[in-house]
Amino acid sequence: MSAVDLSALRRPNDRLLRRRVVNRGMELLAWFAAAVAVAILGIVVWSVAKRGASELNLDLLTKAQVPFAIGNVKQGLANAFAGSLVIVGFATAMALPMGILVAIYVNEFAGRAVRRGVGLTLDVLNGVPAIVIGIFVFGLLVVGHGQSGGAGSFALAVLMLPLVARATIEVLALVPDTLREASLGLGVPRWRTTLGIVLPQTIGGIVTGAVLAVARVAGETAPLLFTSSVGVSNGAAWNPAHALQTVPVAIFELSESPSPDDHARAWAAAFVLLLFILFASLSARWLATRSRRKIQRAAR
Amino acid sequence: MSTYDATGDTPRRPFSRRRARLGDLLLQGVAGLAALGAVVLLGLIVYKVVQGSRLSLSTFGLGFLTHVSWDPVHNHFGAAGFLFGTAVTSIGALMLATPLALGIALFLSELAPRWIRGPVTALVETLAAIPSVVIGLWGIIVLGPVLRAHVMPTLHSALGFIPLFGPSSTGSTIFTAIVVLTIMILPIVASISRELFLGVPGELKEAAFGLGTTRWEMVRGVVFPYARGGVAAAMILGLGRAFGEAIAVTQVIGAFNGGISWNLFSSGNTLAAQIANEYQSSTSPLETSSLFYLALILLAFSLLVNVLAQLIVRRVARRQGLVVR
Repeated sequence: MSAVDLSALRRPNDRLLRRRVVNRGMELLAWFAAAVAVAILGIVVWSVAKRGASELNLDLLTKAQVPFAIGNVKQGLANAFAGSLVIVGFATAMALPMGILVAIYVNEFAGRAVRRGVGLTLDVLNGVPAIVIGIFVFGLLVVGHGQSGGAGSFALAVLMLPLVARATIEVLALVPDTLREASLGLGVPRWRTTLGIVLPQTIGGIVTGAVLAVARVAGETAPLLFTSSVGVSNGAAWNPAHALQTVPVAIFELSESPSPDDHARAWAAAFVLLLFILFASLSARWLATRSRRKIQRAAR
Repeated sequence: MSTYDATGDTPRRPFSRRRARLGDLLLQGVAGLAALGAVVLLGLIVYKVVQGSRLSLSTFGLGFLTHVSWDPVHNHFGAAGFLFGTAVTSIGALMLATPLALGIALFLSELAPRWIRGPVTALVETLAAIPSVVIGLWGIIVLGPVLRAHVMPTLHSALGFIPLFGPSSTGSTIFTAIVVLTIMILPIVASISRELFLGVPGELKEAAFGLGTTRWEMVRGVVFPYARGGVAAAMILGLGRAFGEAIAVTQVIGAFNGGISWNLFSSGNTLAAQIANEYQSSTSPLETSSLFYLALILLAFSLLVNVLAQLIVRRVARRQGLVVR
């Protein structure tokens, strides 16, 4: 017994010390990485806010762009805001019902194989680069007909569809089967069970998904370049039959311009866009936690 | 208050059998059509992009992939320069983003105090919500000049013997594009990795701690091996996002049409950026068709990448006994 030197266990030897130093170093690196991500977000948002807020004025929202402006013409981006509103609105009107129906089919009717097939299709669709969607809609709707707000809406709807469908599938899966069985057991037909009992439980989740999808496509530029980007020169700012200017495309064009005035308006538009998107994603987050709690309560 | 009157002489049947059957068929039919529509849509995308590129395909064939110049004057187009730029920028961004993302994921899953977890997770996800055109605007006006004035000269003087770090003359460079893409794919890789790390069973971690490992040794021995497949899928998805990004890259990379340059501090171009650049200036049918060809390459890549990532995710999930929906 006396041969064992117990003090060696208490004394941290070199090896243990090295392991601890390595451990501490790695922990510090992880803290650092998180700090870098937060700092990047802070810097980007701060740059946009600082440059954008000072350029923000009523003209931006009330005056339209003036093509080929010479000299000191007062112009804003009213046409771009109107165009974005119209295009994103129509895109939502197309993608939302379709996405919900796809989700209903996948979750309530489809067998295992079909469910997987459609799920994979949605994931692949979600992964197609936005610029390719733009080229696709260009080939489908623009060639021979010219650009239009409607074509732009369709392109954005293609981007929204997998987002809305995925979000709806996820909340539909949260609804407990006991609820469906209770309803079917009372003799309520399948379609009324789905539309009247199951779907209302998921409204919160669907709205969350829709808001996130809107926030995502409201900032999309690439799908609109080929479908609705020549809209500055015509006066019609609301008619989706014509090409409409949009906020992201306007920022893109103004950022490529050498004029500081154009940059100023680009920053102001970016600020408004960013505010909208941050507001939308934060409220979506809040809605998501609320609706999840509601479904869990219903499950009990 | 209304009670169901079972004794009445005309028993009301709220849902007649036939109407119920009809309603079921209708909903199933409409929803099924929508699901079919999604599949058809994907097929239509492939078909339209192939159809649009047919002229260029028949003119250049696969030589398009190896030919460097994009020459509207002599009507000769090739994608090699853009393929190179796409590969360099997206692989570069992935190399910068992956270690950072793993650090963030470890921080959020293992290290952070509880009160800091929620807010930081939300902030990292917010980074993903910033539109690419805004990041591009920031990249061209704020980031580019800073990199040009401070970062690039430092790297050039320290590592200039490597051809990648050549002299810089502008803020719109391949390097700027790499940094911008890093910012854009960082939240994707980080949030997927975080979820994977959170999914590592507590017993495994505790077993490692019980053996006397430090936290880092536990992470290296338990968390990383457990999440390896998933992290690979996350990286592939990040890569997919990086090479398909058109707008932010177009804004910061400098739209260089001259081919292949190994100097990261010079202007370059990518497949997606070239398409976005030429949206107003395409003149001949052959050039338009060649733009479709570029899109076809991107589409093929994205299909490959997504199917690959899904296969990995499913295999990992099956191995871990999770339910795959």
